[in-house]
Amino acid sequence: MTFPFDLSASLGIVKPELVLAMGSMVLLVTGAFFGGARQSAISRGTVALMIVVAALVLTGSKEPAVAFGGSFVVNGFTVFAKVLILAASAVAILMSDRYMERTRAARFEFPVLVALATLGMMMMVSANDLIALYVGLELQSLSLYVLASFSRDSLRSTEAGLKYFVLGALASCLLLYGMSLVYGFSGTLSFDALKGVAATGASNIGFLVGLVFMLAGFAFKVSAVPFHMWTPDVYEGAPTPVTAFFAAAPKVAAIALLTRVLFDAFGAASDSWRQVITFISMASMLLGAFAAIGQTNIKRLMAYSSIANMGFALVGLAAGSEQGVEGLLIYLVIYLAMTAGIFACILAMRRREGHVEDIDDLAGLAKAQPVYAFALTALLFSYAGIPPLAGFFGKFYVFSAAVEQGMWVLAVVGVLASVVGAFYYVRIVMLMINGEPRQSFVRPMDVELRVIAFAATAFTLFFVLMPAPLLDAASAAAAALVN
Amino acid sequence: MLSAIVVLPLLGAIVAGLFGRMIGHRPAEIITTGLLVLSAVLSCAAFGKIALGGEPVTLTVFTWITSGTFDVTWSLRFDTLTAVMLVVVTGVSSLVHVYSIGYMHEDPHRARFFSYLSLFTFAMLMLVTADNFLQMFFGWEGVGLASYLLIGFWFKKPEANTAAMKAFIVNRVGDFGFALGIFAIFVVFGTLSFDEVFSATPAMVGTTIDLGGFKVDTLTAICLLLFMGAMGKSAQFLLHTWLPDAMEGPTPVSALIHAATMVTAGVFLVCRASPMFEHAPDALMVVTIIGGVTAFFAATIGMFQNDIKRVIAYSTCSQLGYMFFAAGLSAYQAAMFHLFTHAFFKALLFLGAGSVIHAMHHEQDMRKMGGLAKHIPVTWALMLVGTLALTGFGIPHVIGTAGFYSKDAIIETAYAAGPGLGWFAFIMAISAAFMTSFYSWRVMFMTFHGKHRMDEETLSHVHESPTVMMIPLYILGIGALVAGIAFYQYFIGEAEHAFWAGSIFVAEGHNALEARHHVPEWVIMAPLTVTVMGFLVAYYFYIRRPELPAQMAAREGMGYTFIYNKWYFDEIYDFLFVRPTQALGRFLWKRGDQGVIDRFGPDGIAARVMDVTRRAMRLQSGYIYHYAFVMLIGVAGLVTWLMFAGGAQ
Repeated sequence: MTFPFDLSASLGIVKPELVLAMGSMVLLVTGAFFGGARQSAISRGTVALMIVVAALVLTGSKEPAVAFGGSFVVNGFTVFAKVLILAASAVAILMSDRYMERTRAARFEFPVLVALATLGMMMMVSANDLIALYVGLELQSLSLYVLASFSRDSLRSTEAGLKYFVLGALASCLLLYGMSLVYGFSGTLSFDALKGVAATGASNIGFLVGLVFMLAGFAFKVSAVPFHMWTPDVYEGAPTPVTAFFAAAPKVAAIALLTRVLFDAFGAASDSWRQVITFISMASMLLGAFAAIGQTNIKRLMAYSSIANMGFALVGLAAGSEQGVEGLLIYLVIYLAMTAGIFACILAMRRREGHVEDIDDLAGLAKAQPVYAFALTALLFSYAGIPPLAGFFGKFYVFSAAVEQGMWVLAVVGVLASVVGAFYYVRIVMLMINGEPRQSFVRPMDVELRVIAFAATAFTLFFVLMPAPLLDAASAAAAALVN
Repeated sequence: MLSAIVVLPLLGAIVAGLFGRMIGHRPAEIITTGLLVLSAVLSCAAFGKIALGGEPVTLTVFTWITSGTFDVTWSLRFDTLTAVMLVVVTGVSSLVHVYSIGYMHEDPHRARFFSYLSLFTFAMLMLVTADNFLQMFFGWEGVGLASYLLIGFWFKKPEANTAAMKAFIVNRVGDFGFALGIFAIFVVFGTLSFDEVFSATPAMVGTTIDLGGFKVDTLTAICLLLFMGAMGKSAQFLLHTWLPDAMEGPTPVSALIHAATMVTAGVFLVCRASPMFEHAPDALMVVTIIGGVTAFFAATIGMFQNDIKRVIAYSTCSQLGYMFFAAGLSAYQAAMFHLFTHAFFKALLFLGAGSVIHAMHHEQDMRKMGGLAKHIPVTWALMLVGTLALTGFGIPHVIGTAGFYSKDAIIETAYAAGPGLGWFAFIMAISAAFMTSFYSWRVMFMTFHGKHRMDEETLSHVHESPTVMMIPLYILGIGALVAGIAFYQYFIGEAEHAFWAGSIFVAEGHNALEARHHVPEWVIMAPLTVTVMGFLVAYYFYIRRPELPAQMAAREGMGYTFIYNKWYFDEIYDFLFVRPTQALGRFLWKRGDQGVIDRFGPDGIAARVMDVTRRAMRLQSGYIYHYAFVMLIGVAGLVTWLMFAGGAQ
């Protein structure tokens, strides 16, 4: 059998993905073979696997390289995104073990599914033609559907999984339909070829309609308005560690994919897609901010918060410039850190009789558990974008990129939305300080949660002192993408 | 050493203000008082070195603001003018501190009181040591703030609160002018430093600036604006209404604010800016007229007031008028001299009145006093000294009290300034001198002589004040007697030029001060004559025929009512400014703020946010087909947008 490309070179380029795929299989078989194996053993194996994969990603070539005849690409941008994804996934697995055990939902499939989803995300990020993109996206999505309904005995969890699946299928339809339109009008699937077509046919109506449909499919994954509707229900229904995972890695992957598709395949049509992105960015920021105010369940609140945060991140994309991408990447890193920290805090909301999820359960926490309350306060303030916490800088970079491009309206809407957003974040802080103390949570916090919450809090507090490493990395990644 | 004079009171204010509760009242009192006494001693040394020794210094502390061409340093200027003020301010302030230990000993918030006193002193020192207009403004506003805090010290008394606000607001009117003056100086001269502005002043003579379409003389405009500030702080005619009400504060505050510090700031400003005023004859004319009118009109009101402190307050107002018209006639030295001596005897009178009030258990109405001389003879003797000094009693060519030297010099200068403005001031001053004598002796007679008019209960408790309150009175009493004769030489006598050493500028030909040596003999005798006449009239009304004043008051003659009601200034201002302002304020509050801004602003926005939130939540129905519908509508909308507006063809 002959290949139209150099197979061994290609396999070298996809080594991290290969290792992850094989590792997942090994873990799956191991789990199945030792039937009663506890989740935690497989979890640790998965985390170790992810660390190895991340090391492979980092040590691999940073020079742009193409594999499999142009359907898979590696460059500085994909490396940056993959490391983020792997880190977020690993953190999610670490946070899940004890929760799963306590809720009697521990199964070895959980870490394996996360690993497979992560594999799909890595493929998405590196995809360089529409078929590869779709395969990666579906691998990710199928794993996520299962994860959402992972607590099989819980009505809410299964409902969440079903909803996610049906709507996800609809989104996939939109995406496929868009892809077929694009293919029909351009005659190619490859990003490189599309780039040339977009340059000449940027205003071709069929081509643009295809683009919008594809964007709708991606926006669903990003949970941007108006394709966000699944988010609150799934976040609330899914087991909390799954929610923590949903809020982190898949978001990064979807945004990275979106960025790559828009810059690499449709860069020449940026005038058109920037309008669409601007709209969904504004809509996400506003709806996320407004709807979050009315929430009483903290997971639902985080759902709207992540909708708003994706809106902020998309501001950088809407700017359509290298600076915008840089701001976007910085925003994603800070968002991931804050999200990991806050979910660690949410997972620690446990009383003797079980986990609780109501915002009111946090009342009076400042008196009962001051350190915990302090960490949560720092994280919430950071979400609200109060300087000098990290969240402020995330917003600062994306807004300044937008202003640089003359997108004043977008920046102003963003600032207004973050003012509204500050309301519900600060309300929680108020509740913790002024509220009537309830029965306190079980102490001590699990060690994993403590470490993650501590690290995330430290990051948000001290980012201002040492921002250079992140800024440099983000700017290199952005440069790799745009050039 | 020199910076210590300014910094020590601030240190005291901080310690007493921030740590007063921690360290207790007594340590707070001792620390603030001790620091101020130290500051006063240093001031005296500085006075010796700078004024008498002739060594002016300017200390640059640090650069304050640098922005474009705007460059202001934070520096302390010590010349003779400053040195005189240093002695007056720290001297009176330290005595007031000592006195307050006794006077306020029952007050539960003494630490706060002493902190305010020291803060006030610091602000005043900042004002007098300023090297540029901005720093002076800083001190100026600091004084305004501290006076607000002090007058309203008994904040549970509604009158005290109202008086504090009144003082603050009326001063604000003046400060507004002062601020405009400073802006104008910066626009015209491009700098705010005294030296640079004053050396550039002669070049500005005759130039005009555009003010709302009118061409006005630059220097006249600036000087009048500065004078507006001076009028506010020094309670001159039209802006005087705050001063009598400020008597609501504790008596030591009255002594500090109205004898030595705040009210003299205006006189100091005019003297400091003498190089500018000298080149603005029209402004000088205004200063003279306002000063003369104030001297006269405040004295008229003083004649019929019944509150012992208010009489002294109007007397202050009147004496400040003297200082201003002296300055207006280019006799700045005489103005400063009167300021200097006035500080002694006015502080003495206030603190003496405080001693009386203390003896009478906080009764201030003179109609309920009388015959106290027998019970508190030392206070009586000291008040007598103060009265003699205030009325300027002395035998011409021989000897006299402090007031005699300074006041008579001013009156003679006014005559010597010649027909017109000078004689106008002279007439005002002589009439005021008569009235001053009358009301001063009226106070003495009503308080210390005649029949007892208080109840037995109060009378039985009348007692001399404690030593800690009397010592300041003795010191001030000595000052009121000898300050005139001791310093006449330096301020306005032969040693004058060496003493002032150029810190006051007098233009060529403005020699009224010098010409006073050549006035006719009757002018020299006139003040003494009217003073004696005033004494006799007061004696007749309040000792010989004590029933007469009450009958006159009962008849309610037009003149009497007019003056008794203080020329109806409060009523007129109330009608012209206060009520319209209140009405406007109420309108803006009820209609503007609550009706418009709150309704559509904070409350409105919050309510709309909640509306939006509710709608956004209703969208989240939980039904998959709703969600799918929203997604499809979204796609359709976006495609439509790109087709029609987004540039697709």
